[in-house]
Amino acid sequence: MDVFLQSISEAVRLLISGDPYLWQIVGRSLQVSGLAVLLGLLGGIPLGTWLGLARFPGRDVAVALVNTGLSLPPVVVGLFVYVLLSRQGPLGSLGWLYTTTAMITAQFILAAPYVAAITLAAVQSVPPELRLQARALGASRWQALLLHLREARLSLAAAVAAGFGAVISEVGAVLMVGGNVHGETRVITTAIVLETRRGRFATAMALGLILLVIAFAANAFITRLQQAQPRRRPLTS
Amino acid sequence: MIPRSPVSPFLATALLSLTTLCVQQPDEIVLASTTSTQDSGLFDHILPAFHAEHPGLRVRVIAVGSGEALRIASRGDADAVLSHSPEAEISFMEAGHGESRRRVMYNDFVIVGPPDGPAASCGGTDAIPALTCISELEAPFISRGDDSGTYARERRLWSLAGIDPEGDWYLRSGQGMGEVLMMASEKAAYSLGDRGTYLSLADRLDLEILVEGDPLLRNQYSVIVVRRAANRRGAKAFAGWIISPAAQRLIGDLGSAGSGRPLFVPNARAE
Repeated sequence: MDVFLQSISEAVRLLISGDPYLWQIVGRSLQVSGLAVLLGLLGGIPLGTWLGLARFPGRDVAVALVNTGLSLPPVVVGLFVYVLLSRQGPLGSLGWLYTTTAMITAQFILAAPYVAAITLAAVQSVPPELRLQARALGASRWQALLLHLREARLSLAAAVAAGFGAVISEVGAVLMVGGNVHGETRVITTAIVLETRRGRFATAMALGLILLVIAFAANAFITRLQQAQPRRRPLTS
Repeated sequence: MIPRSPVSPFLATALLSLTTLCVQQPDEIVLASTTSTQDSGLFDHILPAFHAEHPGLRVRVIAVGSGEALRIASRGDADAVLSHSPEAEISFMEAGHGESRRRVMYNDFVIVGPPDGPAASCGGTDAIPALTCISELEAPFISRGDDSGTYARERRLWSLAGIDPEGDWYLRSGQGMGEVLMMASEKAAYSLGDRGTYLSLADRLDLEILVEGDPLLRNQYSVIVVRRAANRRGAKAFAGWIISPAAQRLIGDLGSAGSGRPLFVPNARAE
């Protein structure tokens, strides 16, 4: 019990003192996971929208694949990205292995299905009549589509938060493809693994507290969105 | 009166299994050791013989870095330690955490690097000039950067060379020996590793030995019986056994998977 309480109080002290090692790691985490989710949005929103609206043979399989992507094990993604980027691998010439680019790639693969799956569900939850009505009122195809997405925007924001919460707390993939290099590819989760192994519980605990706060903020954001009453504006606004 | 609720049968089962666990515990010896011994297959090779000789005992190996192994032991979370970090072991004994410390075996460290790498001319049998040469060329070097015995040795070699490695060329990875060698191979970088791990991975690595044979690179393993051990009787039995002639012979028999060269030289009996 002693060690536990001591580590927590020491962790709080570290957080207040603004330890540069800690905050550099936190910054790297936010940078890697933030960019991964941003790229995930760019890939996931079009994919989810398309799957939600299009009708084609094999669509059920595609939807099932996207939903499976929600439970992709990070270590497996790490393994694939590692082999792809390794010097003998097909993309070895890029020289990305053990860089933040490799970590962003792996986390993008983990985040994109979140965005795609939630977009898909959101797009399907908007009544299709809305688009038909908009078209009838003279909107172009693209305008109708944008309107549709606007109606689903709360769910999209939730997709961002869910994807971000998932990748920032992931350790398997970033450890494998990033290598946990001090000052370069060390992020909150990989640093917690290392500092715990080194018995530096206070540092590990301080990072753990920060991670909890970030995860809590992401979830509080989702909850607020879900509680918010969607107010439908008139179509002519 | 105990209130009757649907939860209590579960609780009873849980308590029962917890009690069983506690009763079985004394027979288990928790051995804190290093990733290098685990990865080389040493325990798979020698433990069956120990278990055959002591049917009531069971060794559970926790493979971590040497520094961490000693730290786990100082908290009383391990019964015995098999590590390779002489300075850390001596301070462990001086702090009164250990009851006894005995030599078991040794192998050696090697400095490895890419074939025809930038520091190819730094090679030889002397570690200090080689490291000086690598740092002067700022050839990429990947360090364990953790609390392992290997990192402790690396730091000692740098300090003997009077160099404080800093800069873009010097990366501190914070991962295990195998991962660091893979990383060195991928990045065409230099590294210090134990020969056993290097040999076990050699056919997958694009790395050659740059420096070997320096007495400063000798890697001595020792066994420690922990004073606060929960299972001190078991720990003593294990420590006594691993320095016995039969166990020492077994250790000497273990060859690397690829080359068949011995991975460890037993020296508990040598003077």
